[in-house]
Amino acid sequence: MPTEEQIRHIIARRAALELNDGDVVNLGIGIPSLVNNYVPPGVRIHLHSENGILEVGPSPSPEKADPNLINASRQPVTELPGTSYFDSGLSFAMMRGGHIDATVIGALQVSETGDIASWAVPGKTVLGVGGAMDLVVGAKRVIVAMQHTTKEGAPKLVPRCTLPLTAKGEADVVVTEHAVFRFRNGRLVLVEIGDHIDLDTLRRLTAANFEMEEPLRVVSRWEGDWK
Amino acid sequence: MPAKFETPREAVRRIRSGATVMVGGFGLSGVPVKLVDALLETPVGDLTVISNNIGTPGGGLGKWLRAGKIKKAIGSYFTTNPDVGRAYLEGKLEVQLMPQGTFCEAIRAGGSGIAAFYTPTAAGTDLAAGKEVREFDGKLYVLERALRADVALIKAYKADELGNLVYYKTARNFNPLMAMAADLTIAEVDEVVPAGALDPECIVTPHVFVDIVVTG
Repeated sequence: MPTEEQIRHIIARRAALELNDGDVVNLGIGIPSLVNNYVPPGVRIHLHSENGILEVGPSPSPEKADPNLINASRQPVTELPGTSYFDSGLSFAMMRGGHIDATVIGALQVSETGDIASWAVPGKTVLGVGGAMDLVVGAKRVIVAMQHTTKEGAPKLVPRCTLPLTAKGEADVVVTEHAVFRFRNGRLVLVEIGDHIDLDTLRRLTAANFEMEEPLRVVSRWEGDWK
Repeated sequence: MPAKFETPREAVRRIRSGATVMVGGFGLSGVPVKLVDALLETPVGDLTVISNNIGTPGGGLGKWLRAGKIKKAIGSYFTTNPDVGRAYLEGKLEVQLMPQGTFCEAIRAGGSGIAAFYTPTAAGTDLAAGKEVREFDGKLYVLERALRADVALIKAYKADELGNLVYYKTARNFNPLMAMAADLTIAEVDEVVPAGALDPECIVTPHVFVDIVVTG
């Protein structure tokens, strides 16, 4: 059985396969921030960060970190040839205006109609929404990369989100450690399943109703023993 | 009119209790820290602060919060300072949370003579509650009002003698927008250069938006 940390990387590696050469991409925090490590050879993506930078380069060594050259997670980053800086208004115009090809985000829940809940947990005072709502409304493709269930084992793919929404009907793809689902004409379709899990178990872990692609792709997600 | 040059202490004397103040910065990058510190030494309080974040515990605008100077915070992400949540729960601070893109656009609109605008962001979510929603071309949009302030405190990299500004890397963030959207804009810069020393093609904030420039 992979560890929690290995599962995060398994999800990120599969989410990276959803990106196309030339895509301008915004990566969210958490699992999505790992995606850039797994972009396949021959695919070059162009990273955007909403605090006002396009062509975000890799993290610097600690002694080269510049507190005024950061990404939206406030982590130090670097410039690449062709990096540009712009104000936050232009940065969000890029999102809402449909100029960002794809975003990979985490989520707390995704509904069977593509609603996304990713920012607030009831019962907790959450005083931060950041750019998540603009990003999922604006990006051309919204790839949700998340664990299939909560830490308590509750399904995160649900008929209707019970947590506060980030946006309605904006999810395009959901990648978990067990499976890949796509939204086609507003309907949730299972397109790929890991060879470590059977369909009955997947259904038990998925509260949302879904259709199945024929033939369903079965892939190996993990070289070791999952159980 | 070209900008005036003052010290931070002189400049913040223009801020009155009860004022609405925009403050630039994303996290602690691009925050005008000298102006923030200078205001801390004045008796001014009861402020409505429009800023993406309220600093960190005791850092940046977190200092104003600890000093009890903030009545209301308008921004998108206050989670990085647990003091904000605490003050909110104790009823000592009003909070208005906005999606970050809506926040930017509201400031840009405020500086551009636009009263309100429709954005697709937040349609169907709690943050659109009570707001007018209208359908355009089959998609739902939320009506959002522009934001303006009495004073904007911004951080730039260099100013020339007229008050034209250039910025440094991702410290730019909200600063050029806030420069446009206040009755009085005070820019803190690292360096002042002669007029003509900044490449005209590279000036980000033309001096019409800047009233006062402060350095160290």
